[in-house]
Amino acid sequence: MAMTGILRPGHVQLRVLDMEESLNHYVENMGLLETDRDDQGRVYLKCWDEQDKFSLVLEPSDRSGMDHMAFKVATEEDLSRFESNIKNFGIETTRVAAGELNGCGERVRFTAPAGHTFELYAEKEQVGNGISTTNPAPWRRDLKGMEVIRFDHCLLYGDNFDENVKFFKEALEFQLTEQIVDGDLQIAAFLTCSTKAHDIAFIRSEESGKLHHASFLLGSWEEVLKAADIISMEDIPHETGPTRHGLTRGKTIYFFDPSGNRNEVFAEDSYVYPDSPVLTWNADNVGQAIFYHSRELVDSFMGVTS
Amino acid sequence: MSFQITIEDTGEQYACSETKHVLAGMQQLGKKGIPVGCRSGGCGVCKVRVLEGEYASKKMSRDHVTAEEEAEGVVLACRIFPQSNIRLSVIGKLNKAVNR
Repeated sequence: MAMTGILRPGHVQLRVLDMEESLNHYVENMGLLETDRDDQGRVYLKCWDEQDKFSLVLEPSDRSGMDHMAFKVATEEDLSRFESNIKNFGIETTRVAAGELNGCGERVRFTAPAGHTFELYAEKEQVGNGISTTNPAPWRRDLKGMEVIRFDHCLLYGDNFDENVKFFKEALEFQLTEQIVDGDLQIAAFLTCSTKAHDIAFIRSEESGKLHHASFLLGSWEEVLKAADIISMEDIPHETGPTRHGLTRGKTIYFFDPSGNRNEVFAEDSYVYPDSPVLTWNADNVGQAIFYHSRELVDSFMGVTS
Repeated sequence: MSFQITIEDTGEQYACSETKHVLAGMQQLGKKGIPVGCRSGGCGVCKVRVLEGEYASKKMSRDHVTAEEEAEGVVLACRIFPQSNIRLSVIGKLNKAVNR
Protein backbone atom coordinates (compact mmCIF):
# COMPACT_ATOMS: atom_id res chain seq x y z
CA MET A 1 0.00 0.00 0.00
CA ALA A 2 1.55 3.26 -1.13
CA MET A 3 -0.65 5.56 0.91
CA THR A 4 -0.21 5.28 4.66
CA GLY A 5 -0.49 7.48 7.72
CA ILE A 6 -2.93 10.35 7.22
CA LEU A 7 -5.16 9.39 4.28
CA ARG A 8 -7.41 12.36 3.61
CA PRO A 9 -9.57 15.17 4.99
CA GLY A 10 -12.33 13.13 6.63
CA HIS A 11 -14.75 15.83 7.65
CA VAL A 12 -15.20 19.45 8.58
CA GLN A 13 -17.61 20.68 11.24
CA LEU A 14 -19.02 24.12 10.44
CA ARG A 15 -21.02 26.37 12.77
CA VAL A 16 -24.27 27.61 11.22
CA LEU A 17 -26.72 30.31 12.28
CA ASP A 18 -29.88 28.75 10.77
CA MET A 19 -30.07 24.99 10.20
CA GLU A 20 -33.02 25.04 7.81
CA GLU A 21 -31.37 27.58 5.50
CA SER A 22 -28.07 25.70 5.77
CA LEU A 23 -29.61 22.36 4.81
CA ASN A 24 -31.34 23.98 1.85
CA HIS A 25 -27.91 25.26 0.77
CA TYR A 26 -25.85 22.12 1.28
CA VAL A 27 -28.50 19.53 0.29
CA GLU A 28 -30.77 21.18 -2.30
CA ASN A 29 -28.22 23.52 -3.90
CA MET A 30 -24.88 21.74 -3.50
CA GLY A 31 -26.20 18.18 -3.58
CA LEU A 32 -24.81 16.68 -0.36
CA LEU A 33 -26.87 13.90 1.23
CA GLU A 34 -28.12 13.98 4.84
CA THR A 35 -27.06 10.83 6.70
CA ASP A 36 -27.87 11.48 10.38
CA ARG A 37 -28.75 13.93 13.16
CA ASP A 38 -27.84 13.89 16.86
CA ASP A 39 -29.22 15.14 20.16
CA GLN A 40 -26.96 18.22 20.02
CA GLY A 41 -28.87 19.29 16.91
CA ARG A 42 -25.93 18.52 14.64
CA VAL A 43 -26.73 17.32 11.12
CA TYR A 44 -24.40 14.91 9.28
CA LEU A 45 -23.91 15.09 5.52
CA LYS A 46 -21.83 13.33 2.90
CA CYS A 47 -21.02 13.91 -0.74
CA TRP A 48 -22.40 11.23 -3.01
CA ASP A 49 -19.14 9.48 -3.97
CA GLU A 50 -17.78 9.21 -0.44
CA GLN A 51 -17.93 5.82 1.28
CA ASP A 52 -17.82 7.05 4.89
CA LYS A 53 -20.94 8.12 6.74
CA PHE A 54 -20.24 11.87 6.78
CA SER A 55 -17.78 14.51 5.59
CA LEU A 56 -19.64 17.64 6.72
CA VAL A 57 -21.19 18.26 10.13
CA LEU A 58 -23.38 21.32 10.59
CA GLU A 59 -23.52 22.55 14.18
CA PRO A 60 -26.23 25.00 15.27
CA SER A 61 -24.52 28.05 16.80
CA ASP A 62 -24.74 31.80 17.33
CA ARG A 63 -21.38 32.17 15.54
CA SER A 64 -20.15 31.23 12.07
CA GLY A 65 -16.85 29.54 11.21
CA MET A 66 -15.12 26.18 11.54
CA ASP A 67 -15.40 24.15 14.73
CA HIS A 68 -12.80 21.63 13.58
CA MET A 69 -11.42 19.75 10.61
CA ALA A 70 -10.60 16.05 10.89
CA PHE A 71 -8.30 13.74 8.95
CA LYS A 72 -8.71 10.01 8.62
CA VAL A 73 -5.62 7.89 9.33
CA ALA A 74 -5.10 4.37 8.01
CA THR A 75 -4.88 2.41 11.28
CA GLU A 76 -5.21 2.70 15.08
CA GLU A 77 -1.40 2.37 15.23
CA ASP A 78 -1.13 5.47 13.03
CA LEU A 79 -3.48 7.30 15.41
CA SER A 80 -1.16 6.57 18.34
CA ARG A 81 1.95 7.37 16.32
CA PHE A 82 0.66 10.79 15.23
CA GLU A 83 -0.56 11.46 18.77
CA SER A 84 3.06 10.97 19.92
CA ASN A 85 4.40 13.10 17.06
CA ILE A 86 2.08 15.95 18.04
CA LYS A 87 3.03 15.72 21.74
CA ASN A 88 6.73 15.56 20.83
CA PHE A 89 6.26 18.74 18.81
CA GLY A 90 5.06 20.35 22.07
CA ILE A 91 1.34 20.46 21.37
CA GLU A 92 -1.21 19.01 23.80
CA THR A 93 -3.68 16.41 22.62
CA THR A 94 -6.92 15.08 24.06
CA ARG A 95 -8.92 11.98 23.17
CA VAL A 96 -12.59 12.36 22.22
CA ALA A 97 -14.62 9.21 22.87
CA ALA A 98 -15.82 7.00 20.04
CA GLY A 99 -19.44 7.83 19.18
CA GLU A 100 -19.28 11.49 20.27
CA LEU A 101 -19.85 12.07 16.58
CA ASN A 102 -22.29 9.44 15.35
CA GLY A 103 -20.48 6.62 13.58
CA CYS A 104 -16.98 8.01 14.21
CA GLY A 105 -14.31 6.20 16.21
CA GLU A 106 -12.09 7.70 18.89
CA ARG A 107 -10.57 11.04 17.86
CA VAL A 108 -7.29 12.70 18.79
CA ARG A 109 -7.93 16.44 19.14
CA PHE A 110 -5.39 19.27 19.17
CA THR A 111 -4.98 22.93 18.32
CA ALA A 112 -2.37 23.63 15.63
CA PRO A 113 -0.09 26.69 15.97
CA ALA A 114 -2.25 28.82 13.63
CA GLY A 115 -5.16 28.43 16.06
CA HIS A 116 -7.41 25.87 14.34
CA THR A 117 -8.75 22.74 16.04
CA PHE A 118 -7.95 19.54 14.17
CA GLU A 119 -8.74 15.91 14.86
CA LEU A 120 -7.44 12.56 13.66
CA TYR A 121 -9.42 9.33 13.68
CA ALA A 122 -8.95 5.83 12.28
CA GLU A 123 -12.50 4.53 12.13
CA LYS A 124 -15.75 5.80 10.65
CA GLU A 125 -18.83 3.84 9.70
CA GLN A 126 -18.90 3.17 5.97
CA VAL A 127 -22.29 3.54 4.33
CA GLY A 128 -21.11 3.30 0.72
CA ASN A 129 -21.66 5.62 -2.22
CA GLY A 130 -24.99 4.19 -3.30
CA ILE A 131 -23.43 2.28 -6.17
CA SER A 132 -22.86 -1.45 -6.27
CA THR A 133 -19.28 -2.59 -5.75
CA THR A 134 -19.88 -5.27 -8.40
CA ASN A 135 -20.24 -3.98 -11.97
CA PRO A 136 -20.53 -0.42 -10.57
CA ALA A 137 -22.46 2.32 -12.36
CA PRO A 138 -20.38 5.47 -13.09
CA TRP A 139 -22.77 7.85 -11.31
CA ARG A 140 -26.05 8.15 -9.43
CA ARG A 141 -29.24 9.37 -11.04
CA ASP A 142 -30.88 10.79 -7.90
CA LEU A 143 -28.59 13.75 -7.17
CA LYS A 144 -29.49 17.40 -6.63
CA GLY A 145 -27.99 20.78 -7.48
CA MET A 146 -24.23 20.98 -8.02
CA GLU A 147 -23.80 17.22 -7.35
CA VAL A 148 -20.54 17.68 -5.40
CA ILE A 149 -18.41 14.51 -5.48
CA ARG A 150 -16.36 14.79 -2.28
CA PHE A 151 -15.23 17.15 0.47
CA ASP A 152 -11.76 18.00 -0.77
CA HIS A 153 -9.86 20.50 1.41
CA CYS A 154 -9.99 23.64 3.55
CA LEU A 155 -8.02 26.84 3.18
CA LEU A 156 -7.37 28.49 6.52
CA TYR A 157 -6.02 31.84 7.72
CA GLY A 158 -3.89 31.92 10.83
CA ASP A 159 -0.97 33.40 12.75
CA ASN A 160 2.22 31.57 13.89
CA PHE A 161 2.38 30.71 10.21
CA ASP A 162 5.93 29.34 9.96
CA GLU A 163 5.55 27.19 13.08
CA ASN A 164 2.23 25.91 11.76
CA VAL A 165 3.68 24.84 8.40
CA LYS A 166 6.61 23.20 10.22
CA PHE A 167 4.11 21.33 12.40
CA PHE A 168 2.16 19.99 9.42
CA LYS A 169 5.34 18.89 7.64
CA GLU A 170 7.16 17.40 10.62
CA ALA A 171 4.51 16.11 13.03
CA LEU A 172 1.74 15.25 10.54
CA GLU A 173 4.06 14.33 7.63
CA PHE A 174 2.37 16.54 5.04
CA GLN A 175 4.21 17.49 1.83
CA LEU A 176 4.49 21.10 0.66
CA THR A 177 3.17 21.24 -2.93
CA GLU A 178 2.93 24.94 -3.77
CA GLN A 179 3.70 28.23 -2.08
CA ILE A 180 3.56 32.00 -2.49
CA VAL A 181 6.72 33.72 -1.30
CA ASP A 182 7.67 37.36 -0.81
CA GLY A 183 11.45 37.17 -0.75
CA ASP A 184 12.21 34.86 2.17
CA LEU A 185 8.71 35.18 3.61
CA GLN A 186 6.24 32.42 2.84
CA ILE A 187 2.75 33.94 2.48
CA ALA A 188 0.81 30.84 1.45
CA ALA A 189 1.51 27.11 1.88
CA PHE A 190 -0.40 24.35 0.08
CA LEU A 191 0.09 20.97 1.74
CA THR A 192 -0.93 17.42 0.93
CA CYS A 193 -1.11 14.09 2.76
CA SER A 194 -1.88 12.27 -0.49
CA THR A 195 -1.22 12.90 -4.20
CA LYS A 196 -3.69 15.80 -4.41
CA ALA A 197 -2.59 19.37 -5.18
CA HIS A 198 -3.63 20.15 -1.61
CA ASP A 199 -5.49 18.57 1.27
CA ILE A 200 -5.11 21.76 3.30
CA ALA A 201 -3.72 25.23 2.70
CA PHE A 202 -2.74 28.11 4.96
CA ILE A 203 -2.46 31.86 4.38
CA ARG A 204 -0.28 34.01 6.66
CA SER A 205 -2.56 36.23 8.74
CA GLU A 206 -2.57 38.36 11.86
CA GLU A 207 -5.76 36.63 13.02
CA SER A 208 -5.78 33.19 14.61
CA GLY A 209 -7.92 30.22 13.65
CA LYS A 210 -10.00 31.55 10.76
CA LEU A 211 -11.76 29.68 7.95
CA HIS A 212 -11.29 31.00 4.43
CA HIS A 213 -13.18 28.23 2.66
CA ALA A 214 -14.31 24.61 2.68
CA SER A 215 -13.99 23.11 -0.79
CA PHE A 216 -15.87 20.40 -2.65
CA LEU A 217 -14.88 18.56 -5.83
CA LEU A 218 -16.76 18.61 -9.13
CA GLY A 219 -16.06 16.51 -12.21
CA SER A 220 -15.50 19.07 -14.95
CA TRP A 221 -15.37 22.71 -16.04
CA GLU A 222 -18.91 22.23 -17.40
CA GLU A 223 -20.04 21.32 -13.87
CA VAL A 224 -18.36 24.48 -12.52
CA LEU A 225 -20.47 26.50 -15.01
CA LYS A 226 -23.59 24.63 -13.90
CA ALA A 227 -22.71 25.50 -10.28
CA ALA A 228 -22.47 29.18 -11.35
CA ASP A 229 -25.97 28.94 -12.87
CA ILE A 230 -27.34 27.47 -9.64
CA ILE A 231 -25.63 30.22 -7.61
CA SER A 232 -27.52 32.86 -9.62
CA MET A 233 -30.78 30.88 -9.84
CA GLU A 234 -30.91 30.43 -6.08
CA ASP A 235 -29.59 33.91 -5.17
CA ILE A 236 -26.57 32.46 -3.35
CA PRO A 237 -24.01 35.18 -2.41
CA HIS A 238 -21.45 34.81 -5.20
CA GLU A 239 -17.87 35.99 -4.84
CA THR A 240 -15.53 35.06 -7.70
CA GLY A 241 -15.52 32.85 -10.77
CA PRO A 242 -15.93 30.73 -12.73
CA THR A 243 -12.20 31.14 -13.31
CA ARG A 244 -8.91 29.27 -12.99
CA HIS A 245 -6.42 29.36 -10.15
CA GLY A 246 -2.73 29.59 -11.00
CA LEU A 247 -2.04 27.73 -7.76
CA THR A 248 -3.16 24.09 -8.22
CA ARG A 249 -4.53 24.87 -11.75
CA GLY A 250 -8.04 24.26 -10.38
CA LYS A 251 -11.10 25.57 -12.26
CA THR A 252 -13.18 27.17 -9.62
CA ILE A 253 -16.02 29.28 -8.28
CA TYR A 254 -16.50 30.79 -4.80
CA PHE A 255 -19.68 31.59 -2.88
CA PHE A 256 -20.97 31.73 0.69
CA ASP A 257 -23.26 29.50 2.72
CA PRO A 258 -26.19 31.11 4.62
CA SER A 259 -23.94 31.69 7.68
CA GLY A 260 -21.16 33.40 5.73
CA ASN A 261 -18.84 30.40 5.61
CA ARG A 262 -17.14 30.49 2.21
CA ASN A 263 -17.50 27.48 -0.10
CA GLU A 264 -15.57 26.54 -3.21
CA VAL A 265 -16.52 24.02 -5.86
CA PHE A 266 -13.78 23.17 -8.34
CA ALA A 267 -12.59 20.67 -10.92
CA GLU A 268 -9.52 19.44 -12.73
CA ASP A 269 -6.66 20.54 -10.52
CA SER A 270 -3.10 19.17 -10.57
CA TYR A 271 -1.49 16.31 -8.62
CA VAL A 272 1.81 15.45 -6.98
CA TYR A 273 4.01 12.49 -6.10
CA PRO A 274 6.40 12.39 -3.15
CA ASP A 275 9.27 13.33 -5.51
CA SER A 276 7.45 16.26 -7.20
CA PRO A 277 9.19 19.65 -6.95
CA VAL A 278 7.60 22.42 -4.87
CA LEU A 279 5.95 25.01 -7.14
CA THR A 280 6.59 28.62 -6.16
CA TRP A 281 4.66 31.78 -7.01
CA ASN A 282 6.35 35.10 -6.38
CA ALA A 283 4.49 37.82 -4.52
CA ASP A 284 4.85 39.99 -7.64
CA ASN A 285 2.61 37.46 -9.40
CA VAL A 286 0.16 36.97 -6.55
CA GLY A 287 -2.80 38.13 -8.66
CA GLN A 288 -2.05 35.52 -11.30
CA ALA A 289 -1.33 32.85 -8.69
CA ILE A 290 -4.80 33.26 -7.28
CA PHE A 291 -6.95 34.26 -10.28
CA TYR A 292 -5.08 33.23 -13.39
CA HIS A 293 -7.20 35.10 -15.95
CA SER A 294 -7.95 38.47 -14.34
CA ARG A 295 -4.59 38.56 -12.47
CA GLU A 296 -6.26 40.86 -9.95
CA LEU A 297 -6.82 40.23 -6.27
CA VAL A 298 -10.42 40.50 -5.11
CA ASP A 299 -10.65 42.51 -1.87
CA SER A 300 -13.26 40.33 -0.22
CA PHE A 301 -11.50 37.12 -1.29
CA MET A 302 -8.32 38.24 0.42
CA GLY A 303 -9.86 39.92 3.45
CA VAL A 304 -13.01 38.03 4.42
CA THR A 305 -13.01 34.97 6.70
CA SER A 306 -15.38 33.36 9.17
CA MET B 1 -42.16 48.92 -0.56
CA SER B 2 -38.84 50.75 -0.85
CA PHE B 3 -37.08 53.02 1.62
CA GLN B 4 -34.23 55.50 1.35
CA ILE B 5 -30.88 54.41 2.83
CA THR B 6 -28.32 57.13 3.61
CA ILE B 7 -24.68 56.28 4.31
CA GLU B 8 -23.65 59.13 6.61
CA ASP B 9 -19.89 58.76 5.93
CA THR B 10 -20.11 59.30 2.16
CA GLY B 11 -23.53 60.93 1.73
CA GLU B 12 -24.42 58.06 -0.63
CA GLN B 13 -28.18 57.46 -0.90
CA TYR B 14 -30.10 54.61 -2.47
CA ALA B 15 -33.51 52.98 -2.45
CA CYS B 16 -33.80 49.55 -0.83
CA SER B 17 -36.81 47.25 -0.89
CA GLU B 18 -38.09 45.91 2.43
CA THR B 19 -37.51 42.44 0.94
CA LYS B 20 -33.76 43.03 0.41
CA HIS B 21 -31.10 43.48 3.04
CA VAL B 22 -29.46 46.90 3.17
CA LEU B 23 -26.19 45.61 1.66
CA ALA B 24 -27.92 43.85 -1.27
CA GLY B 25 -29.85 47.08 -1.96
CA MET B 26 -26.57 48.99 -2.15
CA GLN B 27 -24.82 46.40 -4.27
CA GLN B 28 -27.51 45.88 -6.89
CA LEU B 29 -27.55 49.61 -7.72
CA GLY B 30 -23.75 49.66 -8.03
CA LYS B 31 -23.52 51.95 -5.00
CA LYS B 32 -20.53 51.87 -2.66
CA GLY B 33 -19.74 52.81 0.94
CA ILE B 34 -20.34 49.69 3.04
CA PRO B 35 -17.69 46.93 2.62
CA VAL B 36 -19.13 43.79 1.00
CA GLY B 37 -18.11 40.38 2.30
CA CYS B 38 -20.08 37.17 2.82
CA ARG B 39 -23.55 38.79 2.74
CA SER B 40 -24.75 36.12 5.16
CA GLY B 41 -24.01 37.47 8.63
CA GLY B 42 -20.74 35.60 9.18
CA CYS B 43 -17.73 37.74 8.28
CA GLY B 44 -18.50 41.08 9.94
CA VAL B 45 -17.05 43.48 7.35
CA CYS B 46 -20.39 45.24 6.69
CA LYS B 47 -20.85 46.27 10.33
CA VAL B 48 -22.76 49.56 10.64
CA ARG B 49 -24.38 51.73 13.29
CA VAL B 50 -27.99 52.60 12.50
CA LEU B 51 -28.41 56.24 13.52
CA GLU B 52 -32.05 56.54 12.54
CA GLY B 53 -34.75 54.24 11.19
CA GLU B 54 -36.55 50.94 11.69
CA TYR B 55 -35.60 47.53 10.39
CA ALA B 56 -36.23 43.80 10.71
CA SER B 57 -33.15 41.65 11.27
CA LYS B 58 -31.85 38.11 10.86
CA LYS B 59 -29.35 36.28 13.09
CA MET B 60 -25.77 37.56 12.85
CA SER B 61 -22.56 35.95 14.10
CA ARG B 62 -21.81 36.83 17.75
CA ASP B 63 -18.12 36.90 16.79
CA HIS B 64 -18.86 40.23 15.15
CA VAL B 65 -21.93 41.73 16.87
CA THR B 66 -22.60 41.26 20.59
CA ALA B 67 -26.15 41.18 21.95
CA GLU B 68 -25.50 44.59 23.58
CA GLU B 69 -24.33 46.08 20.29
CA GLU B 70 -27.30 44.68 18.44
CA ALA B 71 -29.64 46.26 21.00
CA GLU B 72 -27.96 49.64 20.35
CA GLY B 73 -28.39 49.40 16.59
CA VAL B 74 -24.87 48.16 15.80
CA VAL B 75 -25.61 45.48 13.21
CA LEU B 76 -24.44 43.84 10.00
CA ALA B 77 -25.90 45.58 6.94
CA CYS B 78 -26.43 42.19 5.27
CA ARG B 79 -28.80 41.10 8.04
CA ILE B 80 -31.17 44.09 8.27
CA PHE B 81 -34.24 44.75 6.11
CA PRO B 82 -35.55 48.35 6.06
CA GLN B 83 -38.98 49.17 7.48
CA SER B 84 -38.49 52.95 7.22
CA ASN B 85 -35.87 55.30 5.77
CA ILE B 86 -32.53 54.52 7.41
CA ARG B 87 -29.49 56.66 8.18
CA LEU B 88 -26.34 54.72 9.12
CA SER B 89 -22.60 55.08 9.61
CA VAL B 90 -20.01 52.48 8.62
CA ILE B 91 -17.95 50.63 11.27
CA GLY B 92 -16.65 47.54 9.43
CA LYS B 93 -13.67 47.39 7.11
CA LEU B 94 -11.93 44.85 4.93
CA ASN B 95 -8.54 43.68 6.09
CA LYS B 96 -5.70 44.59 3.77
CA ALA B 97 -5.37 42.17 0.89
CA VAL B 98 -2.03 40.50 1.58
CA ASN B 99 -0.27 40.40 4.91
CA ARG B 100 3.34 41.08 3.88
